[in-house]
Amino acid sequence: MRAYLPSYEMVVPRTLEAALVLLRDEPGVWRPFAGGTDLMVLLEAGRLEQRRFFNIRQLSELRGVEESDGHVRIGALTTYTEVRRSELLGRLFPLLGRAARETGGIAIQNRGTVGGNIANASPAADTPPALLVYGAEVELVSAGGTRLVPYADFHTGYKQTVMRPDELIAGVRLPRVAEGARHFYRKVGTRRAQAISKVCFAALAERNARALGEVRIALGSVAPTVLRCHRTEAVLSGRPLDGALMKAALAELAREIVPIDDVRSTARYRTRVAQNLLGEFLSSLS
Amino acid sequence: MVSNKNIGSPVPRKEGRAKVTGAAQYIDDLTLPGMLYGATVRSHVARGRIKAVTFGEGIPWDEFTIVTSRDIPGANYVALILNDQPYLADGVVNHAEEPILLLAHPDRYLLEEARRAVRVEIEPLPAIFTIEDSLAVKEVVWGEDNVFKTFLVEKGNVDEVWAAPDIIIVEGEYRTGAQEQLYIETNGVIATANADEGVTVRGSMQCPYYVHKALVKLFNLPEEKIRVIQTETGGGFGGKEEYPSMLAGHAALLALKSGRPVKMVYDRAEDMAATTKRHPSRTLHRTAVTRDGRLVGIDVDFVVDGGAYATLSSVVLSRGTIHAAGPYNCPNVRIRSRAVATNAPPHGAFRGFGAPQSIFALERHLDKVAAAVGLTPDELRRRNFIRRGDATATGQVIHEDVDLAGLLDRAFELTDYHAKRERFSKENEGARVKRGIGFASFMHGAGFTGSGEKYLQSIVGCEATSDGRLRVLAASTEIGQGTKTIFAQIASDALGIDYERVEVVQPDTSDVPNSGPTVASRTCMIVGKLVESAALKIKETLRGAGLLPGDTYTSEEFARACAEYIKRHGALKTFTQYRQPEGVEWDDEHYRGEAYGAYAWAVYLAEVSVDTLTYEARVVDFVAVQEVGRVIHPVLAAGQIEGGVAQGIGWALYESVVWRDGRMSNGQMTNYIIPTSADIPPIRVHFFENPYEGGPAGAKGIGELPMDGPAPAILNAVEHATGVRVDSVPLTPELLMESLESEAVEA
Amino acid sequence: MKDDVKDTQVHSNSARSGADDKPRDASEDGKLSVRCTVNGEAVTLTAYPLARLLDVLREELRLTGTKEGCGEGECGACSVILDGELVNSCLIPIVQAEGARILTIEGVADGERLHAVQQAMIECGGAQCGICTPGMVLAALNLLKQTPDPSEADIREGLAGNLCRCTGYMKIFDAVVRACGEGMRATG
Repeated sequence: MRAYLPSYEMVVPRTLEAALVLLRDEPGVWRPFAGGTDLMVLLEAGRLEQRRFFNIRQLSELRGVEESDGHVRIGALTTYTEVRRSELLGRLFPLLGRAARETGGIAIQNRGTVGGNIANASPAADTPPALLVYGAEVELVSAGGTRLVPYADFHTGYKQTVMRPDELIAGVRLPRVAEGARHFYRKVGTRRAQAISKVCFAALAERNARALGEVRIALGSVAPTVLRCHRTEAVLSGRPLDGALMKAALAELAREIVPIDDVRSTARYRTRVAQNLLGEFLSSLS
Repeated sequence: MVSNKNIGSPVPRKEGRAKVTGAAQYIDDLTLPGMLYGATVRSHVARGRIKAVTFGEGIPWDEFTIVTSRDIPGANYVALILNDQPYLADGVVNHAEEPILLLAHPDRYLLEEARRAVRVEIEPLPAIFTIEDSLAVKEVVWGEDNVFKTFLVEKGNVDEVWAAPDIIIVEGEYRTGAQEQLYIETNGVIATANADEGVTVRGSMQCPYYVHKALVKLFNLPEEKIRVIQTETGGGFGGKEEYPSMLAGHAALLALKSGRPVKMVYDRAEDMAATTKRHPSRTLHRTAVTRDGRLVGIDVDFVVDGGAYATLSSVVLSRGTIHAAGPYNCPNVRIRSRAVATNAPPHGAFRGFGAPQSIFALERHLDKVAAAVGLTPDELRRRNFIRRGDATATGQVIHEDVDLAGLLDRAFELTDYHAKRERFSKENEGARVKRGIGFASFMHGAGFTGSGEKYLQSIVGCEATSDGRLRVLAASTEIGQGTKTIFAQIASDALGIDYERVEVVQPDTSDVPNSGPTVASRTCMIVGKLVESAALKIKETLRGAGLLPGDTYTSEEFARACAEYIKRHGALKTFTQYRQPEGVEWDDEHYRGEAYGAYAWAVYLAEVSVDTLTYEARVVDFVAVQEVGRVIHPVLAAGQIEGGVAQGIGWALYESVVWRDGRMSNGQMTNYIIPTSADIPPIRVHFFENPYEGGPAGAKGIGELPMDGPAPAILNAVEHATGVRVDSVPLTPELLMESLESEAVEA
Repeated sequence: MKDDVKDTQVHSNSARSGADDKPRDASEDGKLSVRCTVNGEAVTLTAYPLARLLDVLREELRLTGTKEGCGEGECGACSVILDGELVNSCLIPIVQAEGARILTIEGVADGERLHAVQQAMIECGGAQCGICTPGMVLAALNLLKQTPDPSEADIREGLAGNLCRCTGYMKIFDAVVRACGEGMRATG
């Protein structure tokens, strides 16, 4: 343990309202602490720069999966295990369960939360590509009220988001997906379990007999943020799927993503595998 | 006369209960009164001159114990072979993470703040990080030419074969990367020291007497003033062979200066960054083979990267050198080898100790040779397998029945090899997931190389107590492999008493004789044999005193005999010392003769799948067939093989140390990837038993063997699946992608 | 760094929370008291709020069967069962243990009687060096509670967060299968 523990504080607001007051009164000073699966790792390494935290795990308002007209809301504190077990999500948004299952091991899935995964803003996160293709909106709460931000606009750069310092992620809202759409998810990690992704690919496509309908594609680990690939989608959406279109889409994808070399993989590998997975996805549509 | 009640039977492991209940006490579980925590300030550059050390503000430095090289009472080197590695850098550093000064304080959180607040200013000097740069002497970073050690093994005259008519010459270059041992318990010790009583160190280690020897020099104290006690050890694999001597010295220096016990337990990041790893290697092969597949010349140039100090590199090189030509009968062999210096933290012992590196090269190369002469990989090997009466590369004539073809047949039978080989070849064309099957055949020598055991002169003791229990006294450590259990099996069968009546004493240099280090696949075969002899001496002593009824007796009769003997004579204690068997000759100068007392022989077979979308190779089935003499404990023995195979799979496909300027940049478990339960295929283990007269009840060594075979078997299988040759490990998906693409460009 | 150190001293001396909801039982030195149940026994622990459950179990309660392997939730050596769920105790700040029921390896056996998983680990050779074993036993317990008759794939997945460097996992799988056969005792 490399951190100097006496310099860290954590308070326990009893209600969401109390937590929001804390954020309003001293914005930027306090940071929410949920499952701890990212923050505790930084703490151990002596690299946790923020010193003051408030625990939110006890805020039951931020927990659970519920359906209301037109959308499904996943509370920010919903754990991966709960996502895996949710019959509703499994039925309507199957990629979320797939992603949750491939996040860490069982012990991580029991603590890690959907909101924490978003807030941590890692470009290598497993669930966000699925949230992107499902057109999720992030529900941000503050003492001043609630606002919804399209998840595709949420991350603005490496570990940067549109969140204000007085805001907390309350949950995500997912609009219903058209029936019959094809859902596709593939995480390529450093090994088969308990792995960080080298490329994470999620996609959703509608199609009719003659052409593709709307196509959505999102990737992790290929840019400073998880990335919704609008330009590649534009190449595909509404067009008849043939070899030429596939080739054009693969070429566009290679231009759209900006992967790097790091300790886990190489930019060349990430590009090629992203293309291969897109190819696989498109092949599965024809 | 040795009974056979416990040997060969899966008796419960001695410390099993303590381990499954959490009661087993590892070093970090222990606390001594008044104990301080120790930390190490290390170099952040790979090579340079230390200009200044400054202590930052805000830290109550007067509360800290601070040790530098000037505080060392004896010699500032870790006594091992060449004694070139300092405990604490004195003026210069030769690798990143080199220890510079030590701190101790009762508050371990404040200790970390203090460690961060020490500023070491170092003027960088040019450093080298590759075998090529070291060989080319781009900089002289060690000695006169960067070479720690060279060996030359010669058999016949390889220079004459190249010009012979009707031969095919096949060349190849092979590389292996560094590998972290990644025992789940990090290195750790607790030291106490004072002027009167000397120095005591408890800790996680493989070799208490290595630590003892090093501390004698460091503190310039007589041997009896140094006491080293091994605590329960959470894995070693070689990683706790030499490094604990360094850590023990550090903690003891802090303890001496502070006058208080000092605990130093590395966290994972420090353990990965600063301690040893498997030597990276490069091997060049040039082979002459006749058109009908007889090997007539093998020329090998084997080089390992030793890192910044000599440490154990010369002996790692030795084992790698001797295994480089494998279990094949070839009349002309030359193996030239070098261990060279770079500015990486010193590489060290890791299961297999150089042999996995040279065997990887050979077993990849033989598939290439087979292809060049138009034979299958198995047919080429069958035509060249060593047999009884043949000589190895060092000229060691094999006197036992060795049946590699039989092992190969069994491995093929278990996997339906030929049918799969054919089927996969047909089905792979155009398949998204391609499959392949490959194998490696190899040997592994047990015990120290050459005259090593003769010099070690290991001693084991046995002491019978008046209640008829037996205490086995040896410095050989239980590190998970089952030392305590197999010693108790051997001793109880030698004496014909119950297994439960034997206690294998926790190694403590004040209590046990030096049975040598727990390394080199020697614990069962060499030390186990001494345990057997010492136990038999107890029986002879009792019988000589007329206290035992006959050759068979009950444990109770044995107890009565012991009680009577002790009443008459005081203690009942015997010791046995290793003696080199007659006729075993080793020429250290020319590297010829009996390199090892015995070899284990093996054929390992891997089936892989390769996903062409992601370039991931996975092992889907693994069969390990080996002849290891007599199997002492079937469950422990299979566990050794399975564990070694898993480490071999890791080395082959996953475990990549990413270096940046001589530092490991992926030194976390998150980014240094070892296989999980989801990554390991079924591992099927089969033993052929062919008792070896020099081992206890006929046993040979098995600890290192399973590390040798997986990597070449897997890469041979990947070549079968993809048609692409990759000759280095780890074969990451990134490397396979690049290889497939460059193949496609060439085609 | 200099400022950092000064800053931390201010914090540690003042133990101020800056919030309406001060940490319960905050003491002079910034530590707080946490009440929970460990192996069936109610305990009150005093620690810094972000102290790892792992360290508190080991240092305050001397329950050293819970091991640290990596400190980053990767190896599972520190696994405990918290409110019925397998967790990495290195990732749990002690504040989050308030009111929790915690089972550590020390609470698995019923007195002298080993749990079926423990017994099977011994018999099958699932424990070699033993450092991953406590966490592995708890992961196996958790697996068998969720999935009483697990397939091989279930076992592989259920134990994938617990790294073992000695066994190659085969003997651990054997132990889980054997423990199933032996019938599982209900666990907390």
